[in-house]
Amino acid sequence: MFFFTFLAAFLLTVRIRRALKFSPIYPKWRTVLTASGWIIMGLWLLFNYYFNSEINEILGALMLLGILLYLKKEPDFKSFEVLVFAHYPLVIVAFVNGVVSLLFPDFFDKWDNFFICAQIVAFGWIFARFATSKKQQEEIKRINERKSELEILVAQRTTEITKQRNELQDALKELQATQAQLIQQEKLASLGELTAGIAHEIQNPLNFVNNFSEVSMELIDEMEHELSKGDTEEAIAIATDIKQNLEKIRHHGQRADGIVKGMLQHSRASSNVKEPTNINTIADEYFRLAYHGLRAKDKSFNAELVANLDPNLPVVNIVPQDVGRVLLNMFTNAFYAVHEKKKTADPDFKPRVEVSTRTIHALKGGHHSIEIRVKDNGSGIPDAIKDKIMQPFFTTKPAGEGTGLGLSLSYDIIVKAHKGKIDINSKEGEGTEFVISLPV
Amino acid sequence: MKILVVDDEADVQPLFLQRFRKEIKNHEVEFSFALSGEEALRYLTEKHSEVVLILSDINMPGMSGIELLDHIRHDFNMPPQPVVMMITAYADNENYRQAMDKGADDFLTKPLDFNLLKEKLKRISK
Repeated sequence: MFFFTFLAAFLLTVRIRRALKFSPIYPKWRTVLTASGWIIMGLWLLFNYYFNSEINEILGALMLLGILLYLKKEPDFKSFEVLVFAHYPLVIVAFVNGVVSLLFPDFFDKWDNFFICAQIVAFGWIFARFATSKKQQEEIKRINERKSELEILVAQRTTEITKQRNELQDALKELQATQAQLIQQEKLASLGELTAGIAHEIQNPLNFVNNFSEVSMELIDEMEHELSKGDTEEAIAIATDIKQNLEKIRHHGQRADGIVKGMLQHSRASSNVKEPTNINTIADEYFRLAYHGLRAKDKSFNAELVANLDPNLPVVNIVPQDVGRVLLNMFTNAFYAVHEKKKTADPDFKPRVEVSTRTIHALKGGHHSIEIRVKDNGSGIPDAIKDKIMQPFFTTKPAGEGTGLGLSLSYDIIVKAHKGKIDINSKEGEGTEFVISLPV
Repeated sequence: MKILVVDDEADVQPLFLQRFRKEIKNHEVEFSFALSGEEALRYLTEKHSEVVLILSDINMPGMSGIELLDHIRHDFNMPPQPVVMMITAYADNENYRQAMDKGADDFLTKPLDFNLLKEKLKRISK
């Protein structure tokens, strides 16, 4: 029965060769493995011819053991460990068979069925192990394939995500640039609203400057006339008038000057420099500007302007053009609201916009603050949109008339930049009150 | 001749007084002033019959000059009807048409040409 060992050895070379067929080390081993197969066949024939079966059994076992030990030593065949290991029972059984049949032929003959059986079982064992190991290897192969598939997928996803992230970053940059542009546009838009008001506000003081200087010239002629008549008393009275007029000219000149300066400040990019400022001055100035701005655009517009400005208001440290912008926005909104209401309300409706300032004294140890209230009796804010009005780009005005940035910018200026507060009291149909608090 | 000047700018008052210095001195004209349409109406309620000419700014907070004109023509619709001249910085057709529709006698633009105004006054007093 010694052919089992040879057959096993032969099959081992065949199996290894097949398994290696698609691996990179195949070229290295192909010849060796094929040659081994032939050599094993040759040895079998040779041994069969020269020796009796007992010796052959032992030789076959030793040959197989040699092959196994070689394979075990060689790192290239590490993955065949299970298969190699499965051959050991056959080696042992064949060896024992050979030795027993050589030394105790009678005993062997008596039990030969058992010995043959053992050899068949050992031989079969190789197949069983081979089958399972093949299955395992297939499984491992499958897992490896899946793994590389997944790795490719992960790599793909990573590239996609990186690309998306870059795109998002670009989009964010673009958005930030657009936002900066929009803020600038909003400033320009509000400047546009102001232009007419500014023109009116400058025209008035200029008229006074012209009128008072003209009349003063006439008065001087008169004074000369009176002096030549010798009426010093009248001349002195006229001189007093002239002096008053010059003061008025100066006053109105300064008024125009202040308006031009305010306009320049408004259009200039904010310097972000806080300076002690009297809120009353800004409030009064923008109140009038906003009114005349709207008035110039729409001749039918009119409203009662009420200003209750606390004369003892402390100065606050603010960026004047920014807070001015907020106030302008609130005034424009208030005028817009009363104007909207006037369109639908009964003829007795009196549009009214009020601005008031006052000091809020802290209770104990806290900081004082000042409060600016802008109140109108206009159309009011519907409850449904109350929490939206501070959002950027939210506007109820027709397309093209509002940027939707006014209140959102106001919020940024008052709350974020000045640590203040904006509260809104509004009832639909009755009016709105914006309350701005700024810490002193 | 009694003239009521309605303007929210307080400084028009010394201006008128000085421009008409001679006329006031000679008792040719007499000026009263109101700073708002409402104030003008209150004044007219008391002294309606005395006022011959009303010069009113159109663009004022609260009651506008046009509204005031409307009140004058409706609430004091009895002889003697005062002459009403509207004054505005916004010399556009819309303003002019509105003023004339409501019964204004004349329409002047700021800055006021006082010589022109004096000419007009002479014509009224004749």
